[in-house]
Amino acid sequence: MNESKSNKVIHHGCEGCPAHNAANLLKLGVDMEEWDFVVALAGNPNTGKSTVFNALTGLRQHTGNWPGKTVARAEGGFEYTDHRFKLVDLPGTYSLLSTSVDEEIARDFILFGQPDVTTVVVDATRLERNLNLVLQVTEITDRVVICLNLMDEAKRHGLIIDERRLARDLGVPVVPTVARYNKGLDDLIQAIHDVATGKTHTKPYKIQRFSKELEEVISGLTQKVRGVFPTLPNPRWVAIRLLDGDERIIEAFEKGDLGELSQSTTEGVELQTQLSEEQIT
Amino acid sequence: MIEQMNPKAERVLADARDLRWKIGGNLHERLLEGIYSDASRLAERATRRPDEPPRFDLDRTIDRLVTSRILGFPLMLLLFTLVFWITISGANVPSGWLANLLIDKFHPVLKSLAANTILPVWLQGLLIDGMYLATAWVISVMLPPMAIFFPLFTLLEDFGYLPRVAFNLDKVFKRTGAHGKQALSMMMGFGCNAAGVIATRIIDSPRERLIAILTNNFALCNGRWPTQILLATLFVGALVPAHLAGLISALSVVAIALLGVLLTFLVNWALSRTWLKGEVSTFSLELPPYRPPRILQTIYTSMIDRTIFVLWRAVVFALPAGAAIWLLANIHIGDLSVAEHLISILDPIGLFLGLNGVVLLAYVVAIPANEIVIPTILMLTVMLTGMDSVGSGAGVMFELESNRATLGVLEAGGWTLLTAINVMLFSLIHNPCSTALFTIYKETGSKKWTILSALLPLVMGFVTTFLVAQVWRLIETIT
Repeated sequence: MNESKSNKVIHHGCEGCPAHNAANLLKLGVDMEEWDFVVALAGNPNTGKSTVFNALTGLRQHTGNWPGKTVARAEGGFEYTDHRFKLVDLPGTYSLLSTSVDEEIARDFILFGQPDVTTVVVDATRLERNLNLVLQVTEITDRVVICLNLMDEAKRHGLIIDERRLARDLGVPVVPTVARYNKGLDDLIQAIHDVATGKTHTKPYKIQRFSKELEEVISGLTQKVRGVFPTLPNPRWVAIRLLDGDERIIEAFEKGDLGELSQSTTEGVELQTQLSEEQIT
Repeated sequence: MIEQMNPKAERVLADARDLRWKIGGNLHERLLEGIYSDASRLAERATRRPDEPPRFDLDRTIDRLVTSRILGFPLMLLLFTLVFWITISGANVPSGWLANLLIDKFHPVLKSLAANTILPVWLQGLLIDGMYLATAWVISVMLPPMAIFFPLFTLLEDFGYLPRVAFNLDKVFKRTGAHGKQALSMMMGFGCNAAGVIATRIIDSPRERLIAILTNNFALCNGRWPTQILLATLFVGALVPAHLAGLISALSVVAIALLGVLLTFLVNWALSRTWLKGEVSTFSLELPPYRPPRILQTIYTSMIDRTIFVLWRAVVFALPAGAAIWLLANIHIGDLSVAEHLISILDPIGLFLGLNGVVLLAYVVAIPANEIVIPTILMLTVMLTGMDSVGSGAGVMFELESNRATLGVLEAGGWTLLTAINVMLFSLIHNPCSTALFTIYKETGSKKWTILSALLPLVMGFVTTFLVAQVWRLIETIT
């Protein structure tokens, strides 16, 4: 895993002021030699992900007004307050449960790529359908920022969205934007930065509980999953996927790919060595 | 170390398997239900509508028109014809201007400069008469139509029209046994077949994805539009009075593109009933809202992403092709050059198909990129007919300041209306370029399907041009 945490902390007088920081945004294009944080960009098709991607990286990947525009990953970078961010544009998907190639690319990256922040770009005019994906992402990872895009369209359609309430309900930052006209992106970068550096603690909403007996089954299995991979950030989600018979997750379980997810923390590394010793004997 | 599964993990997996049986099969549904109802509740809480709904919904009104059962298809044809008409009538003048500058003015200057150097004569010929002229030709023929066509097409895309086209076509695709999303990958194919093949990743079922990959080549790509536009202007447009020429040429290009769509359906249908039998899957296609296109930005990105990209690719392939053509024309075996030998071998087959040997050789040279077919044909024709008045020697590309001069060359090479139509047809129906083939191989991971994707259209192209030639000659002898 490519991690090069920069330990230099520079204290400027006006650090912390969003206006100061936004002026310091440095678009790095495809120059991503080293980075401090990886940010994944997920979202339904045609919500303006590629537009957000271009605005942040200064790249000019062609954006089109139709679903299915991005089917592979695109990567770019930007620098902000002395931190270098690598931005990964994932294919647009409606869910992370089904089996098409584009959904698998997105899901695998959020799960196995272990981005420091996952930004879900949400179409404000189709909030309900977009939240379906958000809820699936928050099941996998806690570090989520919602980019509530197309606010101008929402306004045109006479919709008024209370983003503060949404943020409270979801337990993650929600930033309203109009990416096409570069509105709100400063706030978005700030929110991503704060979640990445741990300044903001997210506590995402989890899907409502199942029936009592099913809930017992799930939490029992969750305990067992945790027993095998103690540092896994999302044992409950893995347990549900196992119960659902998700081939890809079962395979990852067999191969120990899930164990590698724990490597990002020091305890994880220790655990990993223990585990492999166990495997040898 | 023998790779072995962690016994603890194995136990958990076994547990999960047992539990899956215990809880029954509807976990997936319950999970989805939970997600949907929560999403709905959260969205409801966050959204508020002012009391009065908008009185007039422009989006819905436009949608009703462009996806209407009766008006949908005619409107589609009208829009595309309009785009081509603007392209054809707008590209003529700058094309002539570029040719004048690059070929008429610069080429003699370069020649005289080179003559003063110590470079051997053959190298001067190779560099200037081969590589430089091929490149200059590609730029002057391709840049103007692309600079008009791509921004227009991109504007349509940005506005949100393409998904409506896909919506209109969806039903037909299903009826041919293919996936409705193939309409979208086909749309991408109209830009570039390699991109179209990658775009088929949005199709979940392997069977339908293979069909989409195999038929993507029938979507007329960037590299082939200029060929169509040029030949339509020269030969088809010339059939009618001048004021109608632009429109008729545009219509004939639309007809070729439509034929491609029709062939897509036909091959879909045939494949899904033979090698790729199976069920048609359903899916939901989202119609995005119309968005006013940002004109300047669109022109900029389509210039960078498409026009310059395609032009660059054409130039990169034109350089070695220009050299190859010059060598073919200047290396002699006996009395004749290599090119003349090859063409005389290919000529009988070509004429039999209503084409000629030059065209066939050009398509062999142009396997890396369709973009250089027309320049290659012109170079070879001049060399073969020995038109001293337009060229300055064998295998040299020459001054073509107007379409009239191009027409003159082709007519000297024995071209008739039949040749032009058959070249247009063959340009639509032949093997994908090497880039597209490589992409197909990467996406399918199978040599078998890659070879089929090359041979299928090639055989179809030969059959089509042969049939057209036979019918044409039959009619000619009768009348």
